[in-house]
Amino acid sequence: MFDDLRDLYQEVIFDHNRNPRNFRIMENADRQVEGFNPLCGDRLTLFLKMDGNVIADASFQGSGCAISTASVSLMTEIVKGKTEQEAEELFKIFHEMTTGKDEEINLEAVGKLAVLAGVREYPARVKCATLAWHTLDAALKNEQKPVSTE
Amino acid sequence: MTNFPVEKIRADFPILAEKIRNKPLVYLDNAATCQKPQPVIDSIVHLYSHDYANVHRGVHTLSVRSTDKFEGARTKVKNFINAASEKEIIFVKGTTEAINLVAQTYGKANIKAGDEILITAMEHHSNIVPWQILCQQTGALLKVAPINLQGELIFDEFEKLISDKTRLVSVVHMSNALGTINPVKKIIAAARAKGVPVLLDGAQAIPHMPVDVQDLDCDFYAFSGHKLYAPSGIGVLYGKQALLEAMPPYQGGGDMIRKVTFEETEYNVLPYKFEAGTPNIADVVGLGAALDYLNEIGMENIAAYESELLAYATEKAMQIKGLRIIGEARQKGAILGFVLDKIHPHDIGTMLDSLGIAVRAGHHCAMPVMDFFKVPATARASFAMYNTKEECDLLMNGIESLIEVFG
Repeated sequence: MFDDLRDLYQEVIFDHNRNPRNFRIMENADRQVEGFNPLCGDRLTLFLKMDGNVIADASFQGSGCAISTASVSLMTEIVKGKTEQEAEELFKIFHEMTTGKDEEINLEAVGKLAVLAGVREYPARVKCATLAWHTLDAALKNEQKPVSTE
Repeated sequence: MTNFPVEKIRADFPILAEKIRNKPLVYLDNAATCQKPQPVIDSIVHLYSHDYANVHRGVHTLSVRSTDKFEGARTKVKNFINAASEKEIIFVKGTTEAINLVAQTYGKANIKAGDEILITAMEHHSNIVPWQILCQQTGALLKVAPINLQGELIFDEFEKLISDKTRLVSVVHMSNALGTINPVKKIIAAARAKGVPVLLDGAQAIPHMPVDVQDLDCDFYAFSGHKLYAPSGIGVLYGKQALLEAMPPYQGGGDMIRKVTFEETEYNVLPYKFEAGTPNIADVVGLGAALDYLNEIGMENIAAYESELLAYATEKAMQIKGLRIIGEARQKGAILGFVLDKIHPHDIGTMLDSLGIAVRAGHHCAMPVMDFFKVPATARASFAMYNTKEECDLLMNGIESLIEVFG
């Protein structure tokens, strides 16, 4: 019935929505930033544990749509063990993948995140996918104030 | 259903024949804006093709024709809401501008530090923020009457909040997020008993029921054309003549003046005092055409048909496991707000769209209402006179299918 949506709602997204990874409060977090999408009401808190400039652990709390939940869940998995620079680089690639018009998607660079490439066809849903990454960006820059997609 | 000519009406709305994602459009976002019938579209094309010039200006023929059409539409509005005079009909951009106009003219002239403005907890942002701005400017206080879990105004609490300091009550006639129809006559009587004027935000109510401002005895009534089958960018502020006469103007410019020198300006008479600059001529004419169209069908008939439609949709929705209706007032217009267990409204919106079904997902410019019901957002199906039972069935089937997919 929802054949048209197969690119947007891949099985991996349903899976992460049903069972979000790293969905917990981190008691001893070094960084803690809130992200908010006022348009849809998506709200998340991202926690990072740093080891020098390496992200030793990442977790989140909050509620949102399937796209935003899957996006933050996948992100917390993928950035663990990455340096700050590597994570920022991934943010850039992810941003291009979800908002780019013509560029070919570098599937190798995005890895598992490729399941979110479908949002580029749904302008109204891009912010759902990018909220997690804007929040991470703020956390890496050690900004304290909440992130808003507006 | 009763003999409502829904198929004939549908045929008048060209957009209803659109295919969305290769499926017939099921348009259920009428509370955001509704579609336009051919006579409205034609009226604008005809004006620009044959009768268009600036109004109230020239002695030339076209200006006279344009002015006749423009002022003719004002008379149609007057009759549609049963105002006492055309002088009480001010053309504005929409409901939002109408409320801002009252806040910045009546409000600034009459509301001082320590005074109170009373609204309800179910207001649209457009009936909250203009008052907050006025409060910041004047030092007045905004009071909010509470609602219950069905989404109804708690009238006793409302009445208690009308104090010696209350200078204005501004209340939504029908809630856009919940569908609640407020007991506006009771509200007006309670305010009147204490000498407090009442503004009604009629943006949602006016497409769904007959509105008679003299019978209501409200002081101001604000509504938009675009939710009333008329073009966007046009709306109406109704105000009682005596109040409007006493109010300072809203904006300065052409048309709102009688005489200008560099020393002083004499303002024009009502309603022009509040209509500075060249007005939205074509869309006013379109609004007039929409009112003609609605009068032919009859607002009573529309109200009765939509009420059957809502009852049908509500009954079906209640059979869906995991669906919770947000807004269960006993007096309700054709709006069905809902949430689903573990499925975010934005996912509902995208999935239904892939079936050709347009619903709204979000906070509906009523964030305090979302906070009250402890939901981040809702999905909302809002009906118009051209919707059918079959479309309700398509909506419900769509919801059941997406619940299955989400598992």
